[in-house]
Amino acid sequence: MDVKDIFSYNWSYLLPEFIILGFATVLSLLDLFAGKRLGKQVIGWLSLLGVVLAAVFVFVNVNTLDKPYSYMADMIRIDNYGNAFKLLFLAGTAFALLLSLSYLKQREVEHTGEYYYLLLTGLLGAMVMASSADLITLFVGLELLSLSSYVLVGLRKKSLQSNESAFKYVVSGSIATAVTLFGMSYVYGLTGTTHVYEISTKLAEAGMAGYQFLVYVSFAFLAVGLAFKISAAPNHMWAPDVYQGAPTPVTAFLAVVSKAAGFALLFRLLLISFFNVTDGSSRFFFDHGSLYLGLMAAASMIIGNTMALRQTNVKRMMAYSGIAQAGYLLVPFVPPTTLFFSEVIFYLFGYLLVSFGAFAVIMVVSREQGTEDLKGFAGLYHRSPSLAIAMSIFLLSLAGIPITAGFFGKFYLFMSALAQENYWLSAIMIITSVVSYYYYFGIIRQMYMRPGSSEASLYVPKGIWTFILVMAVATVFFGAFPGLVTDYIQAHFNPSFDFGNMLPPSFR
Amino acid sequence: MDSVTNILLSALVFSPLLAIIILAFVPNHQGGAIKQIGIYGTLLPLILALWMFGSFNYNATALQFVEKHDWISIPIGLAQTGAVFTFDINYELGVDGISMPLILLTAIIATLAAVASWQLKKRQKEYFILFHVLLMGMLGVFAADNLFLFFIFFEMTLVPTFFLIGIWGYGEREHAANKFLLYNGIGSGIMLLAFIVIFIVLRTMNIEQIATILSTPEHPAAAALSPAFRYGLFLALFIAFAIKLPVFPFHTWMLKVHVQAPPSIVMIHSGILLKMGAYGLLRMGIGFFPEQAYSFSTWLAVLGIINVLYGAVLAFVQKDLKMVLAYSSISHMGIVLLGFASMNSIGFQGAMFQVVSHGFISALLFFLIGVIWDRTQTSQIDELGGLAKSMPFVSGILLAGAMASLGLPGMSGFISEFFAFLGLFGRMPILAAIGAIGIVLTAVYLLRAILRTTFGQTPGRFEGLADAQPMEVIPMVVLLGCIILIGVYPAVLGNPMQQALKTIVPIVTGIGG
Repeated sequence: MDVKDIFSYNWSYLLPEFIILGFATVLSLLDLFAGKRLGKQVIGWLSLLGVVLAAVFVFVNVNTLDKPYSYMADMIRIDNYGNAFKLLFLAGTAFALLLSLSYLKQREVEHTGEYYYLLLTGLLGAMVMASSADLITLFVGLELLSLSSYVLVGLRKKSLQSNESAFKYVVSGSIATAVTLFGMSYVYGLTGTTHVYEISTKLAEAGMAGYQFLVYVSFAFLAVGLAFKISAAPNHMWAPDVYQGAPTPVTAFLAVVSKAAGFALLFRLLLISFFNVTDGSSRFFFDHGSLYLGLMAAASMIIGNTMALRQTNVKRMMAYSGIAQAGYLLVPFVPPTTLFFSEVIFYLFGYLLVSFGAFAVIMVVSREQGTEDLKGFAGLYHRSPSLAIAMSIFLLSLAGIPITAGFFGKFYLFMSALAQENYWLSAIMIITSVVSYYYYFGIIRQMYMRPGSSEASLYVPKGIWTFILVMAVATVFFGAFPGLVTDYIQAHFNPSFDFGNMLPPSFR
Repeated sequence: MDSVTNILLSALVFSPLLAIIILAFVPNHQGGAIKQIGIYGTLLPLILALWMFGSFNYNATALQFVEKHDWISIPIGLAQTGAVFTFDINYELGVDGISMPLILLTAIIATLAAVASWQLKKRQKEYFILFHVLLMGMLGVFAADNLFLFFIFFEMTLVPTFFLIGIWGYGEREHAANKFLLYNGIGSGIMLLAFIVIFIVLRTMNIEQIATILSTPEHPAAAALSPAFRYGLFLALFIAFAIKLPVFPFHTWMLKVHVQAPPSIVMIHSGILLKMGAYGLLRMGIGFFPEQAYSFSTWLAVLGIINVLYGAVLAFVQKDLKMVLAYSSISHMGIVLLGFASMNSIGFQGAMFQVVSHGFISALLFFLIGVIWDRTQTSQIDELGGLAKSMPFVSGILLAGAMASLGLPGMSGFISEFFAFLGLFGRMPILAAIGAIGIVLTAVYLLRAILRTTFGQTPGRFEGLADAQPMEVIPMVVLLGCIILIGVYPAVLGNPMQQALKTIVPIVTGIGG
C-alpha cells in the first residue's frame, strides 16, 4: 500500500475520530504551554466542544452512509453498528465531562488538564473498538482505552484509596488484556489472519477440519478477557475496588463508556467470527457456544445482585449493580436474534441516562457529606427534595420498575429471552431483579425514612442540578415513550445493513 | 356527550393527577391547605366514578367506555425460525360489570381514607401526593384492558404503598414496608413472566382478545398451547395473585402491613389492594384458562378452607385488635377462593360480592381501630375495655361492623357468604360444609374481640375519652351505609356483575357440563 492508496480513501467518514484525536493532542499541548494562563475550566469546555463536534459528524455519517465503509482492509470499518455505539460513547463522555467540570472544582485532582485529555483518548480507544474489523486495531483500541482509564482512576494522587484502585486496576487489567491477547493468538493460530471477516470463513474451515475444541478454547479466553471490560463474571472482582477509588465522573465513565466499548468489541467478534463456525452439519458454536454467554450472564446477575446487598459504600454498591446490569445485557445473546441490537442499544441508552444521573447525585452527596457511605444519604429528602426524587427515579429505573427507561429496557430483554424460549435465564433475571429491589430501596429508605446528620438544605450547584433534572426527566420520558428510541434504532441501525450475508442465516 | 364518554375512563384514571399537581405547588408548612386539597382531590375521581356508574349499561356484556390508542410497537425475534414480528402494545382501557363496582369501591374508599388521614401530623404534603399516585394506580388496574397497562398500574401501586407504610407507619414500619415490597415484587415478577409468555404466543396484550382466542380451539395460536403449558400459565397467574390476595402460605407480609401501616393506608390496603388479587384471579386466571381453573378447583376449595379456618382460629388467639382483623381478612379472602372454586355463577357472584363487601367492612373496622388508637394509643385487647361508656357512638359502629363481618343478614357480609357457600354446596358439599365452620368461628372471634374492648370495666385512664368527631362520623356512616345498602338491596351490585359474569361462567360451566 502506498501513499496514493491512502489518499484515495474518503477520509470524511473518520472525521469524528480525527476531531477527538485533534482535540486531545492540541489540548495536551495547550495544557503544557499555556495551562496556567488559560485556567483548567477552559480545557474542560474545549474538550466538551470536541465531543459535541464529533457527535455531529457521527450523525452525519449515520445519515449519509449507504454501505459500510472500509479503510485499509477493514483496519477501520465505519458501519452503523459502530456508529450506534459511538453515539453512546460520545454522549457518555460528554456527560462525564460535564460532571468533571463541577467535580474538579474541589481541587482534589491536581492534574486537571491531563484529566480532560485522558478522557478524550479513552473515548478514542472506545471508538476504535467499535469501528474496526481487525484484531490488531481492535486490540489497539482496547489498550488505548485501558491505559487512559488506568491513569484516570489514579488521578487523585494524594488519596490512598485512589492509588490502591489504580494499582489494582492496572494489575488485573493487564492480566485480562493478556488473556484476551492469548485468546486472539489462538484465533490467529487457527486461521492465520487477523481480519475478523476472514476469520469467520477460516474458523468455519477449522471447525470442519475437526478443530472444534480449539475454537471453544480460543473463545473461552477471549470471553474471559473481555468479561473484564464489561465487568461481567468471572472477571468482575476489580470493579468494586476501582469504582470506589476513582473520581466519581471517572467511575461513571468506566461504568458506561468502558463497559459499552467492551460489549461493542465482544459482540462484533461473536457475531461475525464465531457464530458462523460450522462442523459441516450444523453451526455448532451458534447452537452451543451461546450457552457460555448464558452462564456468564446468569453468574453476573446472581453475583452482582447478591453481593450488592451487603455493601455499605454506595459506589461499591453501584459497581455490583453494574455487574448485574452486564449480566442482563448478555441475555439477548443467548441465543441472539436479529434484534439483539435494538435491545442492547436501548438498554445501554437507558443505562447511560440513569448511571450518569445516579453518579451525579452520588457526587453531590458524597462531596458534601465527606463520605461515600450509604448513611450519607440519610435524610436527603429533607435537605434537597428534588435531588432525592431524582435519585429515586434513577434507582427505580435500575431496579426495573415502571415507568422508566430502565424498566422498558429490561422488559424488552426479558421479552426477547422468553420469545427465544430461554426460560431458565428469564427466571434468573426476574428473581435477581426482585432481590435487587432490596438494595436499591435501601438508598431510598435512607433518603426518606432516616434522620440525616443535619436538616440544613443541601447546596446543589445549578449546573449539576440541571444535569440531574434532565437525566431524570429523560429517564421517565423514554420510559413512557420508548418507541421513539427503538424506532430510530430500527430505522438507522440495522445489523443486516452492516453485515449482510456475514450474519448467521437466521439473522438476515 | 359522546366525546365526553370517549375519554371519561382516562379522565377518571388520571384525575388524581390534578391534586398531585396542585399539591406540588403548595408550600410544605401549610398543613391545613394540604389536607384540604388532599381530601377534596379524591372527590373528583369519586364524582367521575359515580357518573360512570350512573351511565353504565347493565344489559350490555361487552366492555364499555372503551378507549384504544396506539402506544408502543416493538419488533421481537422468535425462536427457531428467527422471524421478526412486530408486537403492538396499545393503550387500552375499558370496564365491564366486574371492574365497574370495583372502580366505584376504590373511589369511595379512597375518599374516606383521605378523610381518615385528616389528623395526620407529619409530612402531609408527601403523604397526599403519594396517596394520589396510589389512587391512580388502583383505578388504572381495574380500568386496564391490556396486560402491559395492567402491569404498569399494578407496579404503580407498589412504590407509593412502600413509602406510605415505611414513613407513616407504626414502630416496625420499615420492616413491614420491605416485606411488602419483596413479596409483591416476586408476585409481580411471576405475573410479568406469565403475561409475556401469553403475549408472545398470542401476539396480543388485549385482555378481551386473549380470552377470546384462548377459548377458540380452532385459532392456530390457541391450538399451539398444549394443556400442560396452559396449566403452567394458570398456576403462574394463580401464584402471582395468591400472593396479593393473600392465600395461606404467602400471607405473612400482609399481617405485618396490617399491623404497622397507618390506619388510612390499611383501609386502602385491606379494602382495595388485596382485592386486586381477587380481580386478577377472576379476570386473568379463570378468565383465560377456565378449563385449568376447573380442574384446579378442588385445590382452590382446599386452599380456601385453609384460609378460612386458619385465619379464624388464629384470629381467636390474637391479643392485638389489629391482628384479629388481619387474620379475619385472611379468613374472609378464603371465602373468595371458595366462591371461585364453585365454578358456577352463584359462587362467582358470591366471591365478587365478598370482594366488594369485605372492602367496605374492613375499611370500616380498620378506620375504627385508627379512631380508637388516636385516643388510647393502644390496640391491645387486654388494655382496652369499657369503651362503650365513653365512646358509645364509636362502639356502636364497631359492633355493627363486626356484625356485618360475621355475616348478619341484612348486611353485605351475609349476602356474599351466602352466595359463595350456596355455589360451593352445589359442587362440593363436603368441602363447603367444612368451610361453613368458619362462619361460626368468625362470630366467636369477632364477638370476643369487640365485646372485650367495648364492654366490661372501663380502665380509669379511658374514662374521659371523646366520642367521634364530625370528620370521623362521615366515613363511619358512609361505609356502614354502603354495607347495609348492599345487604338489603344486593341488586345494586348484582345487576352490573351478572352480565359480565355471564361471559365467564358459560365457558366454565360448558366444561363442567
